[in-house]
This record gives sequence, structure tokens and C-alpha cells, in this order.
Amino acid sequence: MGNPIFEISALQFAFGRRKVINRLDLKIDAGHFYGIVGPNGCGKTTLLMLMMGYYRADEGSIIFDGLEISRYSRRRLARKMSLVPQDFMINFDFSVRDVVMMGRYPYIPRFATPSREEEQKVNAVMEEMGIAALGERSVLALSGGEKQRVVFARALAQDTPVLLLDEATSNMDIHHTLHALDRATQRVMSGRTIIGVFHDLNLAAMYCDQLIFMSRGRILKQGKTEDVFREDTIEKTFGVKGTILTHPHTGSKQVIFRKESTL
Amino acid sequence: MIDLKKDAPRHRRGVLALLILGLVLLFVTLLSTGMGYIRIAPLLVVKLIIAKLTGNIRLLSGFNKAYPYVIWDIRLPRILTAVIVGSGLSISGVVFQGILLNPLADPYTLGVSAGAAFGASIALLLEIPMLGVYSVPLFAFIGSLLTLLFVLSISSFEGKIASNNLILSGIIVSTILSAGISFLKYVADEQVSVIIFWLLGSFNSRTWIDVFLTFGIVTAGGLFCLYYARDLNVMALGDKIAMSLGVQASRIRVSLLVAASLTASICVAVSGIIGFVGLVIPHLMRFVVGSDNRILIPTSALLGGILLLFADTVTRAVLPHEIPIGVLTAIIGGPVFCYIFRKRRKAMIHG
Repeated sequence: MGNPIFEISALQFAFGRRKVINRLDLKIDAGHFYGIVGPNGCGKTTLLMLMMGYYRADEGSIIFDGLEISRYSRRRLARKMSLVPQDFMINFDFSVRDVVMMGRYPYIPRFATPSREEEQKVNAVMEEMGIAALGERSVLALSGGEKQRVVFARALAQDTPVLLLDEATSNMDIHHTLHALDRATQRVMSGRTIIGVFHDLNLAAMYCDQLIFMSRGRILKQGKTEDVFREDTIEKTFGVKGTILTHPHTGSKQVIFRKESTL
Repeated sequence: MIDLKKDAPRHRRGVLALLILGLVLLFVTLLSTGMGYIRIAPLLVVKLIIAKLTGNIRLLSGFNKAYPYVIWDIRLPRILTAVIVGSGLSISGVVFQGILLNPLADPYTLGVSAGAAFGASIALLLEIPMLGVYSVPLFAFIGSLLTLLFVLSISSFEGKIASNNLILSGIIVSTILSAGISFLKYVADEQVSVIIFWLLGSFNSRTWIDVFLTFGIVTAGGLFCLYYARDLNVMALGDKIAMSLGVQASRIRVSLLVAASLTASICVAVSGIIGFVGLVIPHLMRFVVGSDNRILIPTSALLGGILLLFADTVTRAVLPHEIPIGVLTAIIGGPVFCYIFRKRRKAMIHG
């Protein structure tokens, strides 16, 4: 610990008059898998978008790797941070391979033909994400889950020190969800940092070694997963009662809920 | 048609398509120059053009004295204008579809045509004498630019412009302008046929000034769009992914819109409203070379030039009476578009 890649202080952001991020402080250390959880509309996605410079903060600062985020050129940032967004679209019939190759754009001049090395990197990622067989297919012909795997693969192809995931597996079946998050975790092992927004608390608890609980534009609780993934934190954040169990095989914490009518 | 999409690797497929289309364009241009009321063999056409370009008068000996005049002063300006306008409309079609993320967008979506038509109608109605024959194109150009500015300003909120807002604003403004044109026609009385004729589009009696004017702006606009072609690819995945790949979508969208609209405006200004080219050509080309805008923009430009010249040659030299080019492109383009639309839907469903 003690190697902060993000230092966020007194961050404020509003859409029009609606305050979304409210004097938020957060420190993120390199080499961890962070999970951000919290109720709908608590500002999770907005925080992620502020961290990648998509929105500009109204007040406060976001220092990324020693420099205020707004001071980076877009191209330089594209070599440091990649994103799998929650809402994405694909409007024209690019092939699967075309889209994954877009992850390499920040490294290739505009009109250059990708080198063999670049092609191989793309091949490797497509192989890794199990979409190699789809390579020449039009992305328009894919299912929602397949599209998301292509977009995920594109972010992995970008091969950046920081990977932002915003509900990155929401359309995938359980097999591909686990596979994608496994591949992401493997990046963390080799020193990269992942910050992911999760709806599924158990997925977050299983994959993230650090959890951030958010509510109403602020951080409610942050810390190691085994320390903060507790019944009282979950109740305070979401207003629901759950019971924490320990996974019989992996030992990671998991939560099960009661129906509201039986509260 | 050769299925370039499956047989050749991606980048070679594009280069090959460019090469073939370039040769076809050259061929069609020479052929078209020879066609017409006076038939001239393509070889003579080549000889004459070389003589004109090099100033080598001796090559002209033995020619019919009228040929140089027919080819150089009458046919070539018209032919080249048709080619350039076809290219310009196709380029802006690709860009509009890419930016607005809407395959039904065309160079006229933002009201460029309605603005130009309104400007031209005013010039025709008032018979403004200040620039002679160029007052109509000038007014058309100014009309389309003002319309573009207006559409951009009413569709932007907090400095950002969303695609849907743009399309809606374009439609609203176009509708208002159409009403304005109807009113102008109503008060025009005797001039009404002139206005209607202009609106239908024509390449009749174009001059070298038209050629240079359109060439300058279409080339500049086309190169600008080509430079940002790869960014346009990324923008197809949405603004957030574009941003994460280093592409400032909101800024580039506006610059590309302005460049593509300028390109379309000059085309409308010199030729009137020629529909379907900007809509059909990009679709046709995507079918062959895929969606990479770096290849799509130049190949569409070439195909647009070829097809519009073909259409203009048909109305000029094949049909017994010249019919307005805008009518011809709509008659051919409409059914072609239906066909592509059906075929692509089928291909999509059946993979």
C-alpha cells in the first residue's frame, strides 16, 4: 500500500442543479482490484467518468499518477487508462476484429497499417476472450453478451496500467462473466489497477480485494474487502438486511438476502 | 461484382477498390467526354486533352475545328463538375451518417438543401444582378451556411450536441424553410418555373469557374474528413469509448459537421438539389469495403463521382430530351436504396 495512483479530494460535480458528487475524497492504490458499489443514482458511474476526464469536475481535484487529470492530453491518457462502459453502442458493421483493433489505435498513427506485432496482440486478446472464432463477423450480428465481450476485449487490447469497468459484464451469462473477470484479475496480478462499478455485491466481493461503498455522492466506507464487506455496511448503504457467509471453497465473503416482506 | 470483402485482407481490399474505382472513373470520364450530339472517339479526346494541357498545338492538326471548343469549353467543365459534386455529396454522406450514427442521414439532413434552396429562390425571385450568373450559387451557399449555424445553435445544450437533437433540429428548420420556399414560389409568378427548374438540379452550362470552385472546397473538405476518419470509426462505439481511446468526440463532431456541410453546400450551390447520391453511395460502398471510414471516404468519393457522371451522361447524351439530374438520381437511387436495404437486412438476419 501507499502507492496512490488516484488522489481525489473535495470533488464536486452536478448535472445542472442536481448534485451528483458531493465533496468526495478517495485514494486509490496501484495494483489492486477496486470495486465500487452503491444504490442506483449514487454517483458511481459519474465518479468513474470524472476519473477518466470524460466529465470535468466543478470543484476539487483528481490527481492521476502525479498530475491533475485535466492536464493530460487525450492521447496520453488513452495509453494509461481504458474503459468498458455500461452503455455502449455499435452502429456500423465493423468486424469483431476491427473493433478489438480499435483498442490499439492510441499506439498506431492514423493511416498506418497495423504491424504484425499489433495484429498478434489483437489475436491474443480475442483468443483470451473466446471471440477468435467471431473475428470476421459483423458486430451488428452479435448478441448483447457477445457485443459486450468484444468491447471488453477492445479494452484489454488497449493494455493500459488502469482499467475502468462500469458494469462491464451486465449482459454476459455467468460463464462469460466469470471468465472476463478472471482475465481482468490476471491483469491485477501483473501490477495493473482495476476500478469496477458492480451491481452484484457477490461478484464484487469475489473479485475485488478493495471495496468502496458509495451513497449520495460520497464514500460511505472504503477498505479491504474482508474488513468492509459486512452486514451493517450493506444495510447502511442499500437499506436491506443480508447475511454474510463465507464461501466454502474460496473463503471469500458472500451475502444472501431476505425478501422484503419477511423483514 | 467481385467479393473483395471475403477474398483479400482488409487493407489490400481497400487499396484494390481505390485502384479499380480510380481507373473506372478515368474511363467513364473519357467515354463521357466523347459522347453527345457530336460523337468523338475516346482516343481523340485523350489527344486533345494532352494537347490542351501541354500547349502542344501540333497535336491538334487534322482535328475538326469545333472539337476543342466542344470538349474543352462545353463538355469537360460540365463533366468534371458532375464528378466533383458526386464525390462531395458522397463524402458528406459518409460523414453525416458516421456522426449522426444514423444510416438514413444524408448531406441534406441538417437542412443544407433547404437553406440552399431558400437562398437560391430569393436570388432567382429578386433577380439580383450583382454577380451575374453567380448570384444564385452565392445565395444558395450563404443560405445553407446560415441554416447550418442555426441548426447547430438550437441543437446544442451546454456546449454539447447530441445526434438526435441535430436530426430533429434539421427536420424542423427544413420544414420551416420549405414553407418559406412555397411562399416564394407563390409570389414568384413568372419566375416560378425558373425556381422549380433550379431546385431539380442540373449540370447544364457549367464553366471552369464552377469546376475550380467545387474542386477547391470539396478537396479541402474531403481531406479534412479523411484526416479524422479513424476518429469517426471510434465514435461509432459511443462518446465514452471514443474518449477512452483518445478521441474528443464532442469537439470532432462539430468540426466534421461543419466540414461536411460546407462540402455539401458548395455542391448544392453549383448544381441544385441532387438527392439520393449522398444516401445511397456510402451504403453501396460499405457493402463492398466495410465500415472503416479511412477506406470508405475515398472509395465513396470515387464511386459517387462515377455514378453521378454516369447519370448526367445518360440525361445529356443518351436520352432524347434532357431531364433534370435530380429527378434521374431519385428515380435510380430510390429503388437501388430499397434493394440494398432489403439485402442488408437479410444478410444481417442470416449472418
